[in-house]
Amino acid sequence: MSDAGQGAGAVPAKDERVKEISGLRKALIRPELGAIVGTIAVFIFFFAFAADSGMFNAQGILNWSTVSAQFMIIAVGACMLMIAGEFDLSVGSMIGFAGMSIALVSVTLQWPVWIAILLTFALCIAIGALNGFIVVRTGLPSFIVTLAFLFILRGFTIFFPQLIERQTIIGGIDDAAEGDWLAPVFGGKVGGWIFDWLGSIGAIGVFERGTRAGEPIVDGIPMLIIWALALVAVAHVILTRTQFGNWVFAAGGDAQAARYVGVPVNRVKILMFMFTAFCACVFATCQVMEFGSAGADRGLLKEFEAIIAVVIGGALLTGGYGSVIGAALGALIFGVVQQGLFFAGVESSLFRVFLGVILLFAVILNTYIRRIITGER
Amino acid sequence: MNAFLKTMAVTAVAATALLGATSAQADGERYVLVSHAPDSDSWWNTIKNGLALAGEQMGVTVEYRNPPTGDLADMARIIEQAAASGPDGIITTLADPDVLSGPIRAAVDSGIDVIIINSGTPEQAREVGALMYVGQPEYDAGYAAGLRAAGDGVSSFLCVNHYISSPSSTERCQGFADGLGVDLGNQMIDSGQDPSEIQNRVMAYLNANPDTDAVLTLGPTSADPTILALEQMGLAGDIYFGTFDLGDNIVQAIRDGVIQWGIDQQPYLQAYLPVVVMTNYHRFGVLPGNNINSGPGFVTADGLEMVEQFAGEYR
Repeated sequence: MSDAGQGAGAVPAKDERVKEISGLRKALIRPELGAIVGTIAVFIFFFAFAADSGMFNAQGILNWSTVSAQFMIIAVGACMLMIAGEFDLSVGSMIGFAGMSIALVSVTLQWPVWIAILLTFALCIAIGALNGFIVVRTGLPSFIVTLAFLFILRGFTIFFPQLIERQTIIGGIDDAAEGDWLAPVFGGKVGGWIFDWLGSIGAIGVFERGTRAGEPIVDGIPMLIIWALALVAVAHVILTRTQFGNWVFAAGGDAQAARYVGVPVNRVKILMFMFTAFCACVFATCQVMEFGSAGADRGLLKEFEAIIAVVIGGALLTGGYGSVIGAALGALIFGVVQQGLFFAGVESSLFRVFLGVILLFAVILNTYIRRIITGER
Repeated sequence: MNAFLKTMAVTAVAATALLGATSAQADGERYVLVSHAPDSDSWWNTIKNGLALAGEQMGVTVEYRNPPTGDLADMARIIEQAAASGPDGIITTLADPDVLSGPIRAAVDSGIDVIIINSGTPEQAREVGALMYVGQPEYDAGYAAGLRAAGDGVSSFLCVNHYISSPSSTERCQGFADGLGVDLGNQMIDSGQDPSEIQNRVMAYLNANPDTDAVLTLGPTSADPTILALEQMGLAGDIYFGTFDLGDNIVQAIRDGVIQWGIDQQPYLQAYLPVVVMTNYHRFGVLPGNNINSGPGFVTADGLEMVEQFAGEYR
């Protein structure tokens, strides 16, 4: 079970006990197959129905890739944790909490923004560790423990700004972040010159009026997207190419068996809770730096969106099986469908219907694929 | 697997039919209204109706969009997306200028006309480059209500805030407190959005503070459960009760004498007028010279008939 996530695994040459599997089948049958098929289907669908609606111009592409990247950041954390056999329902509240923490430290206390960011990361990772510690120590389901933190963190996120600033949205972070060295790492944009050039040759639209007239409408790739891709790459390598990755699969597959063979299951689980908190904090910091304000309602229901992306991506809710690439594709599907339905002119209240249908199909398809891989009946 | 494929095919056909139905009416100008309301906020139904009717009467395509959970950061994405789809105009609220002014300004700069409705102030609307502001200045409306209540002898109150993350909700409570001439202090509670939670929190507050003179609610979401709470506590008709916005239950309660007045900001006009204004602007180049105040209007037991007939639909 523990190495199921790495495809069919290494097959020793010429062993009559091992069944021959054709190369094509081996390449196809992998945990993220469902997500790959889904991604292709979703893009074909929107090319057919929304190709001329602006969905595939520079602005439209940036829009759905930003939304997908947001999902991706939290999905990576949720995926690793789910493979390790646990849930974190406090992700959404953690996003609101982290954003508010940055706002309170940088705007209310007037401390430099980089200190606010580092302090918030330390705080969030510590809360993640606490989550993990309670789960491991008490043996309670992580569902319940993190549900408690969902309420605790959201409560504080509303209480503190109300108490200190008498409001639930704190702005002015963009002024505070002016000239800060760490803020652009989360809120900045890269590759502006490419877009300047694309704008000048007319490949993408430019502003027609106002103070930015003549500048390209898309002026760079947000750091949010860079963070998402980097997190996916790092998590994928750790999960599939390192000993620690095997430990994660083992901890989620059968914790007791893993303990018998010397895997430090508790440490692995706590580390994964900390990683999930880290991802939520990256999400929050990018959002706060982009919009310049933190609100008490930020991140509402994001924990479920993360879990949905992970499940579409082929991970097993009970742990021990899954793929980061799959989760990233799940996030892409989620983001493209959410934004794309609007481009296609579908009534917005039907979005949830589509989401439910996709989720159901993904789970059915993934179950089928998993049975082929693991041979379970 | 066969059954599975069949289900998939059926869904695909159903989805195609839906898409065909909605994109068939694409002729003339296209306007997108982006609100900040979560799906659960029933008050925005009036806005949807006003928008649909205006679209029909003017012969233009209209679309309504909102962030499902009311997350304003999601709303910013929706505005960016609306701009990317290249409509003739965007009608949107300015619930939090920090988050929304960037995307709105970018839309204006890329050649899309914008009208700000509902939330925000006329000054903020001008700053982001909008054509005009259609709405009810929240603080002023709260202040006017406070003055009215003070005239009726109220000196303490409970403000049931069901949307505490929106600054404009807090402004209503603050304006009411200032109109009364008292400190807001702890008289505003965060009630959440769930009806039974709201009901229980109102009951808890009134039990803990039995000398409260008045209750102020900010819309049907908080008013409906508050009516139930007061009925259950035997305070209905006894305690002074005012509310922002109208809905079926609120109108009935005004008729029954449970609610003294409802402040109608006439949301119907906030969706209807921008479409009319923009269509005429784009067709003939004519534009009214000022912002439009859609409210406040106080609705009392007198002259309820028409209000009652259209409450929740156009009122």
